[in-house]
Amino acid sequence: MSGSLPLLGWIPVLPLLGFLILLVTEGRLPRMAVAIIGAGSVGGAALLTALVGQSFIGGGHEVYTHTWWLWMNVGGFDPAIRLYLDGLSLVMTGVITGVGFLIHLYATGYMADEEDYSRFFAYMNLFVFAMLMLVLGDNLLVLYLGWEGVGLCSYLLIGYFHDDPANGYAARKAFVVTRVGDTAMAFGLFLLFRELGTIEIQPVLEGARTTWPDGSSINTLIALLLLGGAVGKSAQVPLQTWLPDAMAGPTPVSALIHAATMVTAGVYLIARTHDLYLLSDTAQLAVAWVGLITLFIAAMSAIAQRDLKRILAYSTMSQIGYMFFALGVGAWSAAIFHLMTHAFFKALLFLAAGSVILALHHEQDIFKMGGLRRKLPVPFFCMLIGAAALAALPLTSGFYSKDVILLTAFDAGPLGPLFWIVASIAALMTAIYSTRMICIVFFGDLKKEPHDHSGWNMTVPLMLLAALALGGGWFGLSAVADVLPDGGLDGAEHATWLALVTAAVPIAGVLIGYFIYGRGSIGQPRRLDESASGEFLQAGWGFDTLYDALIVRPFVRLAQAMRNEPVDRFYDLVVAFAQLCHRWVANTQTGRLRWYAANMGIGLALVLGLAGLLL
Amino acid sequence: MNLLALILLLLLGGIAAGVSSRWNKDAPRWVSLAVLIAATLWLASVWLQAEPGGLYAVTRLPWIPAFGISVYLEMDGLSIMLVGLTLVLGIVAVVSSWSEVDHRHGFFQFNVMWTLAGVVGVFTALDLFLFFVFWEVMLVPMYLLIAIWGHEARAHAAMKFFLFTQISGLLMLLAILSLVYLHYATSGTLSFDYKELLTADVAGPFGFWLMLGFFIAFVVKLPGVPFHTWLPDAHTQAPTAGSVILAGILLKTGAYGLIRFVVPLFPEAAMDFSWPAMVLGAASVVYGGYLAFSQNDFKRLVAYSSVSHMGFVLLGVFAANQVALQGAVMQMIAHGFSTAALFMMAGALQQRLHTRDMRKMGGLWMRAPRMGALTLFFVVASLGMPGLGNFVGEFLVLLGAFQVDIPVTVVAALGIVVAAVYGLILMQRSFQGTPAEDASPMADFGMREMSVMILLMVALVLLGVYPQPVFDLAAPAVEVLVGLAS
Repeated sequence: MSGSLPLLGWIPVLPLLGFLILLVTEGRLPRMAVAIIGAGSVGGAALLTALVGQSFIGGGHEVYTHTWWLWMNVGGFDPAIRLYLDGLSLVMTGVITGVGFLIHLYATGYMADEEDYSRFFAYMNLFVFAMLMLVLGDNLLVLYLGWEGVGLCSYLLIGYFHDDPANGYAARKAFVVTRVGDTAMAFGLFLLFRELGTIEIQPVLEGARTTWPDGSSINTLIALLLLGGAVGKSAQVPLQTWLPDAMAGPTPVSALIHAATMVTAGVYLIARTHDLYLLSDTAQLAVAWVGLITLFIAAMSAIAQRDLKRILAYSTMSQIGYMFFALGVGAWSAAIFHLMTHAFFKALLFLAAGSVILALHHEQDIFKMGGLRRKLPVPFFCMLIGAAALAALPLTSGFYSKDVILLTAFDAGPLGPLFWIVASIAALMTAIYSTRMICIVFFGDLKKEPHDHSGWNMTVPLMLLAALALGGGWFGLSAVADVLPDGGLDGAEHATWLALVTAAVPIAGVLIGYFIYGRGSIGQPRRLDESASGEFLQAGWGFDTLYDALIVRPFVRLAQAMRNEPVDRFYDLVVAFAQLCHRWVANTQTGRLRWYAANMGIGLALVLGLAGLLL
Repeated sequence: MNLLALILLLLLGGIAAGVSSRWNKDAPRWVSLAVLIAATLWLASVWLQAEPGGLYAVTRLPWIPAFGISVYLEMDGLSIMLVGLTLVLGIVAVVSSWSEVDHRHGFFQFNVMWTLAGVVGVFTALDLFLFFVFWEVMLVPMYLLIAIWGHEARAHAAMKFFLFTQISGLLMLLAILSLVYLHYATSGTLSFDYKELLTADVAGPFGFWLMLGFFIAFVVKLPGVPFHTWLPDAHTQAPTAGSVILAGILLKTGAYGLIRFVVPLFPEAAMDFSWPAMVLGAASVVYGGYLAFSQNDFKRLVAYSSVSHMGFVLLGVFAANQVALQGAVMQMIAHGFSTAALFMMAGALQQRLHTRDMRKMGGLWMRAPRMGALTLFFVVASLGMPGLGNFVGEFLVLLGAFQVDIPVTVVAALGIVVAAVYGLILMQRSFQGTPAEDASPMADFGMREMSVMILLMVALVLLGVYPQPVFDLAAPAVEVLVGLAS
């Protein structure tokens, strides 16, 4: 064990300490102190990650583990709280602490005018801690701890402005919908424990490889259950409906949780447990289809949005769809590579969009924006770079990762060409909606005067993220090569025409977008959202309506009908019967001597008669 | 440790508290608090000094030798945990109703202390006659707490509580007497001694009916669907201290009874009955959770959530493997802490707002941020967030039950989703959202409430991240069950 690896344990501890300090001081610290603790703890974690990463790479990528304590030991179930560092968790940790720090720094400026400044950073730090536990845990139970923890923080931060009930609804929706997936995942853990007697990740993968034959149905079931958890957390069809509403949270939250880190946890989970999917063609194909359907549906919806943040939300959904798709077609490393580049450019897009929104006093409707490129040059250039990377224009980071995914998909079995066509159409759409966003927000007439008052703490993160969004893909991603089964990014040879077409698709999309929303129609952009099909796309293909009608409304109605405890109706019957008997017997007590005497006579006669009969 | 002395300490402390009200109306609560703290410290010293894994205390005195009845009290790991829970939550109960009670202060504290004494007796008695005596001792003062210091519909609620528990108690008495007689008839020994009765031959249908008598008595107390309907009324109407004791401790006597008596005394009958019992457990989880969601009354919602959480205990006990049983024990402890806190919160809100109706709440976070943050914490605990005790309990119960019966476990796991729904709606309707029109200032928690709340928070975090001491304490009792069940 070389160098600074033992510092690994401090990486999650720093943001946890930040959270605890902010919690205990109950918002009494001055804002400057809150900012230093909130952003500084994550910055410290980022520095430590850099040191640890250096040692890790210097040490020949040797896996390093760091045990805290044995969580519990019951009947053979003995999960330890242990951190596990390999190439995959290092990349994730780097993204979480690095991008996370930049977003925290930006947030110190963005949130400057909000009350409850301290509560915001407390939640954010708790989130970073939970996310780190998710990717560093070497046991599925520790992963689950982080998994639920990030879900909680997501809930808390979506509903951060809790005086508006709509935000509360969005927050609860996010938590409950993802929990449906989490429950599926929990069943996956139960089954793993039943079958293999452990849920420690490496022994599980080892056990799966050695005990289960290829295509084993129990393994397929487990892989599908874990996929259920991944689908919920990563907002993939059919559990994707919470993500657009999650935009109710402050924009740095959208950048950190709902773009760069938490929503990619599903991708991480599948990459981490890849052996289970390698053993099951069914499960891996399911991953591919989930990704393909989501990336297509979400790209189409993104085109019809008019809320800047919802455009980005759908595009996130779509890009994560690409990651799932990549996992499903066997482009394992490319999926993680795209996860990383997406974290760069989507965080950049959200933060730049946040600057625009802040400058326009929380205006999010793109049709009320326009002509901002000269007034807001920094956000403009940042969004331009981010949009170029999102569209995957050559030389940007997004190009390198998405290109590998599309090319690998083409070779993925008999369905490969079909996969490639659908994913390329969506890539075309991506370029179109990216162009649309830039054209409508930054070109044309100025509709509302912006007031830019962002300080260095907002500008510097934007600049750094812009640099990453541009160049973050130039050097590939070698760290995951010995973790993931495809051994890195250098895939097979592809036909020249295929490579050229794949690279040309985004350029074509930008040109189409420019012809529709740019040049000729500046000032009167086509309003797709006013047509019927546009409304359908804007509403995310009607999933919300469907779920409301099928699940939410019946659930609420039945609950209202049952509020007064139906089981008590049975006990009411018992009571009523007792009262009936009481009244019946009470009637005999009239107080009239004649009535008593007559009854005594009848009774005596009955008893004597009965006695006579029996004897 | 002399267990009889511990119980007498509580009983006499209750009398002292009652009498002390003659010279000062503030004295009773101080007396109760002092006695409970002294008892807790005493217990803690016993726990720290004893060898782990063995018995912590045994007290055995003759009582009615002609009928084989003796004062037989014993404290193993499971008992000492539950007695500890009782004393700590007793302190919480006293503190939580510090300023709530406005009349008959002395008699109030007397009833609190006698209920607690009864519960300590229930958790330690190993003579079935004595057990039954304590079972009754804890009920009558609780009835009085609800009937005298309860809220608007207290008479109805108190009567309902009394009838449910008395009728089920009668069933248990019949079962005890029949068991003792059966044992006498077959072996010639007349004894109420638990360890003697463990050897009773209770195979066959008669044993099954006896088991059912115990089972129903304990499941009414737990409470399991469909015997739960006394609980929402009793909890809602009881004063805060009453709700804390009811939910935090009294419900656990039902669970304890299942673990200590039903399975060990009737292993075969109980295991034959395990499927229906697990179904009842799963049904309680889902039904309780669903009805919690439908409530408008803050306290009633928390009450129904108890039905849901205790369903996990029923499920875990009858899944009867080590993982599930340890989960059930953990769930008992963690639920005691989290629910006590939520009931304390409900009481504090009622005292400040004079309502429990969440339709009249909303936006309280701005008026009392500490109360908001604390409610959030305990709601999050009760919806099973990893890192807190309740998660460990529920996860282990489900993990263990899954190895026994998958469909039942799947149904019970729906409870996890439902818990998120009702927990977060509770948060939304009370502390979040738009403030009510008359948003007058509201006193936030002060030192007194905070100290108790922080105690409960720390306890739940410790249970969540390092639950092993609980498992080690419960291990002997659990292993007995696992051995009997297999």
